[in-house]
Amino acid sequence: MALFEAINIHKRFGSRVVLEDISLSFEEGKISGIMGPNGAGKTTCFHCLTGHHRPTRGSILFDGQDITGASPQKIARLGASRSFQLMNLFDDSSVVENIILALPEFRQSYARLNRKVFTHPEFLQKAGLILQQVGLQGLEWQPSQSLSYGNRRALEIGVALAANPRIVFLDEPTSGLGAEATRQLAELIKNLRKKYTIVMIEHDMNFLFELADQISVIHWGQVIAQGAPKELQSNKWVQRSALGEVA
Amino acid sequence: MTTLSQVSSNCDKWITPQIVVFAVLLLSLPFWIEAVGLYQYLGIEIAIWIIFALGFNLLFGYAGLHSFGHGAYLGIGAYAFGYFQHNVGVSLFGGLAAAMVAATLAGALVALFLSHRRGIYYALMTIAFGQVFWFAAIKLHWLTGGEDGMLNIPRPALDLGITQWQLDDNRALYFLVASLTILVTILSWRTVNAPFGRILQAIRQNETRAAFIGYDVWWFKLAAFTISAMLAGLAGGLFAMAQESAYPDTMSLHQSGLIVMMVLVGGGLVNFWGPVLGVVLYYLARDFLGSITETWLLWYGLMFVTMVMFKPEGLAGLLSDLKFGSGKAPAPSPSSQPLAKEA
Repeated sequence: MALFEAINIHKRFGSRVVLEDISLSFEEGKISGIMGPNGAGKTTCFHCLTGHHRPTRGSILFDGQDITGASPQKIARLGASRSFQLMNLFDDSSVVENIILALPEFRQSYARLNRKVFTHPEFLQKAGLILQQVGLQGLEWQPSQSLSYGNRRALEIGVALAANPRIVFLDEPTSGLGAEATRQLAELIKNLRKKYTIVMIEHDMNFLFELADQISVIHWGQVIAQGAPKELQSNKWVQRSALGEVA
Repeated sequence: MTTLSQVSSNCDKWITPQIVVFAVLLLSLPFWIEAVGLYQYLGIEIAIWIIFALGFNLLFGYAGLHSFGHGAYLGIGAYAFGYFQHNVGVSLFGGLAAAMVAATLAGALVALFLSHRRGIYYALMTIAFGQVFWFAAIKLHWLTGGEDGMLNIPRPALDLGITQWQLDDNRALYFLVASLTILVTILSWRTVNAPFGRILQAIRQNETRAAFIGYDVWWFKLAAFTISAMLAGLAGGLFAMAQESAYPDTMSLHQSGLIVMMVLVGGGLVNFWGPVLGVVLYYLARDFLGSITETWLLWYGLMFVTMVMFKPEGLAGLLSDLKFGSGKAPAPSPSSQPLAKEA
């Protein structure tokens, strides 16, 4: 059974239709990919799934619960977290604080005046494990804005993981990364698949074909193909779409 | 550059060495203030405005929410204190509670309208609401005394059950105000370093990210505004007691601008102690420059402009540079213990 489902999602901004009857289904424990050319509607689709935009019509189900139009914070609390194509971190804060802020235990203790933050063993323990997972151990107390681009990408994913999600949405995780950093990121995502359900928007076809169990191709706001990487690799429409040649 | 979100080794403590020094300075002030050519009442004004400034900076510096109408809540606190003494009963705690409750309710009401906004729209709406309260204070003559204000507000005694402490004397009143200032300072320090304060700072840095990790940003913005208004109300109640009156000018745009200027000049955007430094600097400038020239505010204004142009981190940023060297920040060292390794 699918953990997360979008059924006939439609999104328009004024007279401009961006998504048209999009139906997607993400199974638990799998890596699902969404690909398509620039302007296809991938990020808008993510925004609808994670509560940033309310779909004009259609419904979104998370573990059987209807979350259509729910706020980002509600969806996050239910266990769906995301990273962003454009970096979205707490830049003045240290790396470890970025992680601690996302921990559900920390969030739930917001009203406790006597709650320690930076010497709290549970927060530090959990943040330490997340940072180890994304390869940022040793950089805990660096301001996040001082990190290299690749490390900031890793921190974005770390923040998403710290929220203890059941499903993680990654928006263009390789954007701006060099070959070596992309390879490291692929390793990281391979390791994460053991624990999380992952949905990725990705431009890099090879990256997606290597990692994903299931891929949906969006073009002009519609799903034009769905299937396993091998099936799609030989699909002419997909090849042309991904290269931006469909007119 | 230093930022408010920088972590120090004292972040998780209730009482820090700086708070101890501040408390000693504050409590010893009546014994030396006259020896340096100043007067007792100045200490009361400074201590009251420190409460106001610390509360204001929770909103302005920590949450990054720019209110330019905060004088309104100072005034509401002052009027509520006076109203309580005149119409309910002469009581110190009752009056201060009334001041805080009235300012809290007004702040919460305004925050309901503001908290979905950000940036310039937020700032403009704070001015608009501030002006509404100021105008109401002038026009509701039956309640506030109109432009004349509310006069002859008594200074109730501090009644501790077993003993009473008369506060007619400025020195006696100062000790009450200073004690409350120290209490507010400790609570403010804890608030900005406890999860609530760190979340406000996260919201200041990136509202979108905060929402996507599960925070109800609207609620936190509302809470920050309300707490800040409550502290302004407490300061207002004490101000009414010190002045023995409450008047519309307390709520004017001028007063609202003054607190912004104090916090910015002091360095409230980069340091917890910025608002304290800003208040002290303003009152010392008023008295020292004011004794030299009637146009002291012009010189103070020029200093503000110079500070914004050349050292926007304010006095606290300047002192930090002197301590750590220009452009450098203290090394982040909140915990000597390494983070946990995977078992």
